[in-house]
Amino acid sequence: MVQAPERSVTAQLTDDTRLDDGGMPQKSLVEAIHDTLLEEMRADDRIVTLGEDVGRRGGVFRVTAGFLEEFGEDRVLDTPLAESGIIGTAIGMALNGLRPVAEIQFLDFIHPAMDQIMNEAARIRYRSNNDFSCPMVIRAPFGGGVHGALYHSQSIEAVFVHTPGLKVVAPATPADAKGLLRAAIRDEDPVLFLEHKKMYRLIKGPVPEGDHDVPLGQARIAQDGTDATIVTYGMMVHEAQKAAAEVAQETGASIEVIDLRSLKPLDEWTIVESVKKTAKALVVTEANGLCSVASEVAALIGEAAFAYLDAPVMRVTAPDVPATPYSPPLEQAFMVDAEKIGAALRRLIAY
Amino acid sequence: MATTQRAGKKQRQTEQDGLTAVAEALGFDEETLRGLYRKMVLIRLFEDAAQRTFRQGKIGGYLHVYSGQEAVATGFLAAFQEGDRAITAYRDHAHALLLGSDPKAVMAELFGRGTGLVKGKGGSMHLFDVANGLWGGYGIVGGHIPLGVGMAYAERYWGSDAVVQLYLGDGAIHNAAYHEAANLAGLWGRDGLNPTLFILENNQYGMGTSVERATAMTDLAAKFDSYAIEHEKVDGMDLVAVLACAQRVTERVRETGKPYAVEALTYRLVAHGAGDFFEKYRTKEEVRTWRERDPIGLFEQKLLAAGVADEQGLGAIRDEAKQIVDEAVRFADESPEPPLEELHTDVYADAE
Repeated sequence: MVQAPERSVTAQLTDDTRLDDGGMPQKSLVEAIHDTLLEEMRADDRIVTLGEDVGRRGGVFRVTAGFLEEFGEDRVLDTPLAESGIIGTAIGMALNGLRPVAEIQFLDFIHPAMDQIMNEAARIRYRSNNDFSCPMVIRAPFGGGVHGALYHSQSIEAVFVHTPGLKVVAPATPADAKGLLRAAIRDEDPVLFLEHKKMYRLIKGPVPEGDHDVPLGQARIAQDGTDATIVTYGMMVHEAQKAAAEVAQETGASIEVIDLRSLKPLDEWTIVESVKKTAKALVVTEANGLCSVASEVAALIGEAAFAYLDAPVMRVTAPDVPATPYSPPLEQAFMVDAEKIGAALRRLIAY
Repeated sequence: MATTQRAGKKQRQTEQDGLTAVAEALGFDEETLRGLYRKMVLIRLFEDAAQRTFRQGKIGGYLHVYSGQEAVATGFLAAFQEGDRAITAYRDHAHALLLGSDPKAVMAELFGRGTGLVKGKGGSMHLFDVANGLWGGYGIVGGHIPLGVGMAYAERYWGSDAVVQLYLGDGAIHNAAYHEAANLAGLWGRDGLNPTLFILENNQYGMGTSVERATAMTDLAAKFDSYAIEHEKVDGMDLVAVLACAQRVTERVRETGKPYAVEALTYRLVAHGAGDFFEKYRTKEEVRTWRERDPIGLFEQKLLAAGVADEQGLGAIRDEAKQIVDEAVRFADESPEPPLEELHTDVYADAE
């Protein structure tokens, strides 16, 4: 008989990821990112920001509004529409003592810069004998549900997660946006910081003032539960919690929701410990399913918690079609939402 | 090093006047000139040895040597000062050697050994030697150009007067990364924030495709006009011409913080890659014509004519270089493979 190898996972440092929000300012996601980057740039003159319309226009989503006036053109660089140039020069700046925060206006526009990101930024440390690092942040709005269609909706995070040398984060709350952006800027390696564009103004929440750090690689338990675990990230955290509330009301089941926050490094410990407790796992991503972050999480659970499972690992993902369609009903059919998550969750609970 | 001279008719004339006048203008003594000869010979012999050991199966993958183009990097890096940066594409052995990398470590890297410049993780096309100012050889054509421009920006951001020598080939100038980066260099340089010296090594062929077959606008230096980057051409086979040009333009970039471009007309006297045994894209006559202007031979003639060295002296320099190369090959051959643990090192700063 073949002994199945049990994948071992390492415990991450844990902190109290619940916020006591008494007295904290409430901010939208975009406000939290704006304020954090502003504070960081005030504190560290190695930080420059560059991208299309980040200066006079203040960013297409207004993330850098007012930055040019405060920091001047040497630190807030309006670039032409040239993603390869933006990312490539940011890498050069990072190699040479700066901490660039490059904005790609939409994650959908990042493809011309893929060579720079995958072939250069991700590999600098490995190929340079650890003499060089590439401490840069690439900020990019991602995600659908805004009728953006082909080129303003994409969730292509899996490509970057698949690239060793990069780190990838996707905050679901304004507080995490602050904590993760601070950690990303302080990190010695390149970090892709994904901002869900539908959440920019939709999601509001308490944001701690002062030094609030969220270490990369640490998930957040968005809600405790004992009967099933939903693992997800980004906007889907909110949809999952909505679904969990409905299903809990109907069935009395207690659902745990894990917000990954970091897609890479992945907090394997939190995922596996939760599934060991609940014995049922539903993995949700807004991206299409084939070779997605959800695939990886499902594989992890299979390798590290198989013996604890009372049901097959289930996934809810977007369909494997080439693009988010424009037509509202088609888009709705494409998007993962609370209803679809709820349907899967009911099947999982009943299994 | 040499005193800074502004470009002027007088100096241009001096550049054309030959070795003695140029050496005097640059403040190079005879020993320095013989040292430059030694560097070019070392590169040639190193590349010969690399090709030989490649054919013996000791170097794997892909190998692109610099034979024929020695005068370009030798000339420009003679104007390199401490704190300056150099970044180039994949034909990068010469740049490492000229900047002071240990030939043993360079050869060991080509052999993929643990004693190599980057522990055998890079290989021929991907040398790196931060301590000596080589900020990488890069294997994606054009991909390194924005990196160099960004590095130059960072220099001026901090108020340094360093220059980034950014080498690129004629094949790279048609790539989008060049155009995006050159545009940014011109833009940032307008405010004195981009001390990039673009050194366009036009060896006439992007692999097997000649310049004429790659673009209808074959004046490659003029392509910098689009981005308001001033430029000139230099005879890249003539070390003396390159030296004079390099000194002048490097100081210009250092003083102004504005990018500048030099198209060095040169020729690779060997195949594109060491594994290319058949060349259908150029004629033997063409290669022979260029070989008559072999940069090492040309410089030899000038040294002899100026009485800086005699045949015996040059022979001694060649013997010395051969010894260094032989020793490098022996070192590489005897060096251990990298330990397997190296597979997992240098991935992230906070790796376990």
